[in-house]
Amino acid sequence: MYEKNGEKYFIVDGHCHFWDASPENWVKGAEVYAKGWIECFHAYMGLGPPETHWPIEKFMKYSEEDFVKDVFEDGGVDVGIFQSTYLKEWYADGFNTAERNAAMAAKHPGKLIVNGRWDPREGEAGLKQLEEDAKRYNLQGVKLYTAEWYKGSRGWTLADEECKPFYEKCKELGIKNLHVHKGPTIWPLDKDAFDPKDVDIAATSNTELNFIIEHVGLPRIEDFCFMATQEANVYAGLSVVIGGLMFARPRFFAKVMGELLFWVGEDKMLFGSDYGIWEPKWQIDGFIDWDYPDPDHEEFSDFPRVNAATKRKILGLNAAKLYGIDVPQELRLPDESGTPGAKEDAQLVESA
Amino acid sequence: MSESTRERVLEALDRVIDPELDEPITTLRFVSSCEVTSDGDVEVLLRLPTPQCAPNFAFLMAADARNAVRGLPGVRGVTVRLQDHYTGDQINAALGRGEGFTGAFPGETADDDLEALRELFQRKALIARQSTLCEALLAGGASVEQVTASRIADLPEQPETQRCLQLRKELGIASDPDSPAFVLPNGDPLLADQLQRWRRTARLVRTSLEANGGICRSLLQVRHERSLDTEEVAR
Repeated sequence: MYEKNGEKYFIVDGHCHFWDASPENWVKGAEVYAKGWIECFHAYMGLGPPETHWPIEKFMKYSEEDFVKDVFEDGGVDVGIFQSTYLKEWYADGFNTAERNAAMAAKHPGKLIVNGRWDPREGEAGLKQLEEDAKRYNLQGVKLYTAEWYKGSRGWTLADEECKPFYEKCKELGIKNLHVHKGPTIWPLDKDAFDPKDVDIAATSNTELNFIIEHVGLPRIEDFCFMATQEANVYAGLSVVIGGLMFARPRFFAKVMGELLFWVGEDKMLFGSDYGIWEPKWQIDGFIDWDYPDPDHEEFSDFPRVNAATKRKILGLNAAKLYGIDVPQELRLPDESGTPGAKEDAQLVESA
Repeated sequence: MSESTRERVLEALDRVIDPELDEPITTLRFVSSCEVTSDGDVEVLLRLPTPQCAPNFAFLMAADARNAVRGLPGVRGVTVRLQDHYTGDQINAALGRGEGFTGAFPGETADDDLEALRELFQRKALIARQSTLCEALLAGGASVEQVTASRIADLPEQPETQRCLQLRKELGIASDPDSPAFVLPNGDPLLADQLQRWRRTARLVRTSLEANGGICRSLLQVRHERSLDTEEVAR
């Protein structure tokens, strides 16, 4: 729970990590990728307030004590959702595997949810692993990371035929929340690899599953919004939006938030700090106070208004619904208030 | 002599556009170094915001830079190199051999010139640029009908207009003074009853390009200058 100005907020951090990117964990021969990757993440930390920056050494491998202090104590996060990301071609024991995350979660009962992962390129063995992971970690969700390298392949898409048995397996196992992240993707090499069209195809064919698009599809916010407005089961994960823009580019942040509130709607937007890229506290604190810089200015005047209920939903209540998290009575909203996103069919750029 | 050649080279690089952001690579500060020897050999180094920036766009910018500089008066040899990039070695080698995108990634792609990718982003850029012009007209008191009835000749003489015309030419959309000022991505004129919806989608496309440009600028600053200038660049 985060308390500010006498108001209490139930916080679900929908996107956090406990990673090990220290040089000891770099795969021999892939050091350039392992090092480049974490240095790139570290640059993103630089988009937050200077007093929250860490030296690269700490950033590569922070401690459990750091996590507990930053996320639970200072950040007031009630429940964190671990988005397991493997990257085993670069990090010997994985970047942050479900196993590593689960070990941490076990020490903090009720505070951390572990999401698993699958990769269609692993075929039958992958399906079997998913079954085992689902049982072991009580999976309700998975992180799908399409930019992962695997045996010479540099990525995959959610529309690949090989994904179909995995969607069916998710339904069978009760895994209903699929967090999708294209990452700094490079594949398909000659197309716009960030195009979320594959998510659209998967979401249309699998209406029982929820697709949470992390980082709102950045750098393709427009394609993401045009899709999310048409698909009831597509959600916006706000990690990177708040962390990367709210402090560094406040005016763009306001415009992006306005667009998301218009197209996606406040009932389908989920806060995620992306810890350890950014600490949650400044993000939550700033977002509670946030409004359009000049709400009546023509740039912002026709975006949906934001109020306390908007923020409660985004900071925790929406994710609590998706994950069946029990929210204390006094932190719930009195009723289903708010402005849903646009319902009209959007005109896609290439088809318009 | 090499100083004036260098000026010409930099001017030519001003016309090389990041296809994804629709901004010159010079104002984005992607050109980290430009050296011209007294013999007219040019070396241009490009530094993108992250080592993981998409290889296809990286290739287009590097290849466009090379093409823009080649053939300039006073220029003999041209080397364009991507620094600090995942696929920099592959792209640099292909450029050095004068090859296209398939030369950089043999066996991984059959698309040598990436024209479809470029065109997709030209269409997005055109929407975004038109959005800026349209909003300015409406803010200046023009009615919906006046906006959709306006011709290219009615548009203000400004860089935004010039960029729209250039994009229309590249996309094969009519750009003579009597053509409609505002068109849909397929080139059809924008009609009055489509305007409100179009404004919504166009504004979103513009915001997306601007936000991406903002993140790229911030990352470049953080990675190479270690201080964040929060001033925003208006388009």
